[in-house]
Amino acid sequence: MNNTYYSKLIFELSRKGRKGYALPECDVKGYALNELPSKVRRQGMPALPECDELTVVRHYTNSSNNNFGVDTGFYPLGSCTMKYNPKLNEEVVQMSAFQDTHPLQPAETVQGLLALYDNVQQMLCEVTGLSRFTLNPFAGAHGELTGLMTIRAYHEKRGELQRTKVLIPDSAHGTNPASAAVCGLKVVEVKSLADGTIDVDHLQELIAQNKDEVAAMMMTNPNTLGIFERQIPKIAKMVHECGGLMYYDGANLNPMLGVCRPGDMGFDVMHINLHKTFSTPHGGGGPGSGPIGVRKGLEEFLPNPQVLKKANGSYEVRNSDGALGSVSAFLGNYGIVVRAYAYLLSLGRENIAMAGKLSVLNANYIKEQLKAYYKLPIDGLCKHEFVFDGMREEYGGDHHDENSVKTLDVAKRLLDYGYHAPTIYFPLLFHEALMIEPTETESKETLDGFISVMKKIAEEARNDRELLKTAPHNTPIRRLDDVLAVKAALFTYKDLERQDGEKA
Amino acid sequence: MQHRFFPHTPDDIKQMLDAIGVGSLEELYAEVPEELKLKGEPDIPHAMSELEVRRELKRLAADVKPLVCFAGAGAYDHYQPSIIPYIAARSEFSTSYTPYQAEISQGTLQYIFEYQSMMAELTGMDISNASMYDGATATAEAMMMCVHSAKKKNAIVISGTFAEEVLRVVRTYAHYHGVDLVEVAPREGLTDSAAIAERLKVGDVAGVMVAQPNRFGIVEDFEGLAEVCHASGALLVINSMAAALGVLKSPGEWGADIACGDAQSLGFPLQFGGPYCGYLCTKKELVRKMPGRLVGATLDADGKRCFVLTMQAREQHIRREKATSNICTAQGVMCLYVAMYLSLMGSEGLRECGEQSYAKAHYLCDALTATGKAAKVYDAPFFCEFLLQMADRDGFYDRAISEGLLPGVKVGSDKLLVAVTEKRTKEEMDRLVEIL
Repeated sequence: MNNTYYSKLIFELSRKGRKGYALPECDVKGYALNELPSKVRRQGMPALPECDELTVVRHYTNSSNNNFGVDTGFYPLGSCTMKYNPKLNEEVVQMSAFQDTHPLQPAETVQGLLALYDNVQQMLCEVTGLSRFTLNPFAGAHGELTGLMTIRAYHEKRGELQRTKVLIPDSAHGTNPASAAVCGLKVVEVKSLADGTIDVDHLQELIAQNKDEVAAMMMTNPNTLGIFERQIPKIAKMVHECGGLMYYDGANLNPMLGVCRPGDMGFDVMHINLHKTFSTPHGGGGPGSGPIGVRKGLEEFLPNPQVLKKANGSYEVRNSDGALGSVSAFLGNYGIVVRAYAYLLSLGRENIAMAGKLSVLNANYIKEQLKAYYKLPIDGLCKHEFVFDGMREEYGGDHHDENSVKTLDVAKRLLDYGYHAPTIYFPLLFHEALMIEPTETESKETLDGFISVMKKIAEEARNDRELLKTAPHNTPIRRLDDVLAVKAALFTYKDLERQDGEKA
Repeated sequence: MQHRFFPHTPDDIKQMLDAIGVGSLEELYAEVPEELKLKGEPDIPHAMSELEVRRELKRLAADVKPLVCFAGAGAYDHYQPSIIPYIAARSEFSTSYTPYQAEISQGTLQYIFEYQSMMAELTGMDISNASMYDGATATAEAMMMCVHSAKKKNAIVISGTFAEEVLRVVRTYAHYHGVDLVEVAPREGLTDSAAIAERLKVGDVAGVMVAQPNRFGIVEDFEGLAEVCHASGALLVINSMAAALGVLKSPGEWGADIACGDAQSLGFPLQFGGPYCGYLCTKKELVRKMPGRLVGATLDADGKRCFVLTMQAREQHIRREKATSNICTAQGVMCLYVAMYLSLMGSEGLRECGEQSYAKAHYLCDALTATGKAAKVYDAPFFCEFLLQMADRDGFYDRAISEGLLPGVKVGSDKLLVAVTEKRTKEEMDRLVEIL
C-alpha cells in the first residue's frame, strides 16, 4: 500500500471538475431553483471534494486498513463487551422492507416491522424480568437519560417534586452522573468498600440524610470492577423504603444473561446496550441502541411514540398522554433493533445463559493466569471483567515513580502485538486501572495468546523499559501528541489549510 | 451443547475451570444469592439456525407494503450512491469502537475529521462535532448548549415552525433539564420574528431557535434575526435539512451561532426512522460548550500528521456531572455515510439534487392544485415539501396507499404535507395526480 498517497484526506485527492455521481436528467421542465428569492439562496458554494468513484473507494478502503475491529483481532476493551458481531445480522437488515420504509408510513402497511419491534420488546422483558420496554433511545447514555426521565415522571405524578437526588457509587462510569445532570437531578456519591462493593453503611447514612429527596439509586451489577454486589436485595429494600426507585445500568448485563435478572434483583428501571450484550456492531462509536425497561406500574411513563400489540393481534404506534415525553423523532435506531432480533433468535432460550457463563469463565481464566504479573487489587471471583492496577512492582510497576512502566505503556505495547488495548484509567478507584473484558466469543487459544503476550510485556518492562515507553512501534502511526491537539485546535480541513498558509 | 458463536469445547471448559480452581460454570456464580437466580430458561424462542432466522425475517419483511415515497417531515427518500453501504460495511469500520487507541483507529478518526470538515463547510460554521443521535436530539442539545453558554439566562425561544417530531423532543429535554422553553406560534406559516423580538426584551433569553425549511416546507427569510438575538445577548440556532444546505443560504451566512439538524437527507436509507445522524456545528469560540466527541489533527512521535479525539475535558468520562452533555459517542459510522456521500456528490451534485427536488416538487404541487381538489395552505416560497388542504384528504390518502404510493404525511384533519426528491419520476407524480 502506498501510505503517503493514502494517508491524505479526501480533500487532498480532490481535483476540480471531477464527479462521482450521475442522476437521470430531470424529467419535468419549466421550474428553476433561482425562482427562490436570491436572499434565501446560497451565494458561495461549499468547498467539498470533487472525486471520481474509484478515488473514493480506494481512499476509504485503504483508510479502513488503518483501523482495528473485532473482526481484526482480540478486543478486550473493558465495559464495552466487544463480542463477535454475526454477519447474518448484517445480511438480513439489508432487506428492502427494513431499508426503504418511511417512519411515518401508516401502521397497517408496516405490521411486519412493528411485530419485529414488539417481539424484541417482549424478549427483553423475559431476559430482564421487567414488564415493558421501549426501543426508542439511541444509545446507552440516551437510555440512562430516558430511564431517569421515567423516574422523574413517576415522582412528578405522585406529587413528589422534591425527589431530585440520585445516589451513585463512586465507581460508576462518568455517564451516570452526566445523565443525572442532564435530567436535572443532583448526584450524591456513595463510597465503595475496599473490596470494591458499595458501602452499605454509607448508603444508609446518605438515605437518612436525604430521605424524601431521593429519586433513585443508579448502579450496575456486577459493578464496574466486575464484582457482583451481593448486598443487592438489602440495597434495593433500603432505597424502596425511602421511596426511591432502583435504576440498573445495563452496561454490565452480559454475564447475568439467563442466570440472574435485574427485575429479580429488585431494579425498577434499566437500559440495555444492544451493541454490547446483543451483538450489534459498535461502528466506531455508533449507531448503537439503548432500550429501557420498567417494572409493572411504571409502563405508562415510557416515552412516545410507543408500539403496542392490540387485542386483535395487530400492532399500533401510539402517543400516550401519561408518557414522559419523547426522546426521539421516530422509533429509535430501528436498523440496530433488526440486528439484535436476529441475534436473539440465533442464540435462543437454550444458549442465552451460556453466553453469560462463558464470558465469566473467560474473564476469570485471564485474571488467574496474569495476577502474578499485574497487580490484582481485589482478588476473588469476577464476573465478565476485572481490573488490574498496573504492573506488579517486581516487573517495574511503581505508582510513586514517574518513570516507571505505566498502564498506558502496557496498552500501547499491546497494539504492537496485534491486540486492542483494554480500557485504561477507568474505573477511577485505581491509579493505573487496566480493565479487561474478553467476552464469551473468544476461544481458549486466543486467550492463551493474549496471556502470553501480557507476560512477555511484563518481562520487557523488566529488561527494556524504553521499548515500552516508546511503544507502539509497528502501528500505522506512532504515539501521538494529545497536548498539541488541544493547543493547535485544528478541527477541519480549512483549519489545516490555514495553518499551512501561515507556515508558508 | 455447542453453538456457532461459542468456541469452547467441553475439554476447553474443563481445563479453564481447573486453572481457575472451581468445579463448574455454576460455581463461578457462587456469590449470587440462590433466591435471585433464574430457575429454568427465559421464555424466548428456541435457538434458530441461519436458515430459520432468514426465514423468520423474510416472513416479517413480507408483511410490509412497499410504497413510493412522497412523505418527508424529517425523513427524505434521496438517492444513495452504490459504494456507500458497500464500503461502510467493511468490518474494520463497523466492528471497531470509539477510537480511544488512536494508533490503530486512524480509519475512524480520519473519516470523522472529514465529516467535521464537510459539515462545517455546508453549514458555514467553523467547527462540527463528531455527530449527535438524530436531528431532534441535536436540537435539544443545541438548546442546552445555549443555556450553558449564557450566564443566568434560562429561557429559550423556539419557533413553532419546527416539525412536531422535533418539538416533542425539545419540550421533553427542556422540561427535565429545567429550561424555560417559550414557543412562539407561527404566523401565516412563518416564524413570527416580531413576537420573538418582543420576547427578547425581557432579557432572560439564552437562545432563539428556528428551522429551515420550516415544518410546512417553506423557505424563510431570517434577515436581521441574528442581529436582534445578539443585541439581547441570545444565541441564534438554525436547524436545517442537510440536503438543502447546498442551495439555501447557510446558517453561517444568516449569522447563526449554532447549526443543527439531521444529516439523513444526505442519501441515508429511510430505515423506518433510524439510524440517522444528527449534526451540531458552531463557532470556534463556543467549542468548550459543545456537546459530543471532537476529532482534531496532531502529530505523532515521528512528526507525521494524524488525528485524535480531543478537547475531552468537556466530556462525561472526565467531567462527570459537570460535563457539557451526557452524550458519549453518537452515530459513529453514519459519519462515514455523510463523508462518502459528500465526496461523491460534491457541491455540484448537492446543487443538482436540490434543483431537481425543487423542480419536481413545484411540478407536483402545480399539478395537484390544478385539479381544483387541493389548494396550497400558504402562499410562500418552498423548497421540496409543501402543505396542501383537500376536502377528501383521507379518501385520497387511502386510494394512493392501495395504489402503492405514500402520498405524504397527514397534518390535522384535512391537510397533507407532500415531499418530493430527485428520486421521484414524472410518471410517479402523474399517477398521484390521477388518483386525486
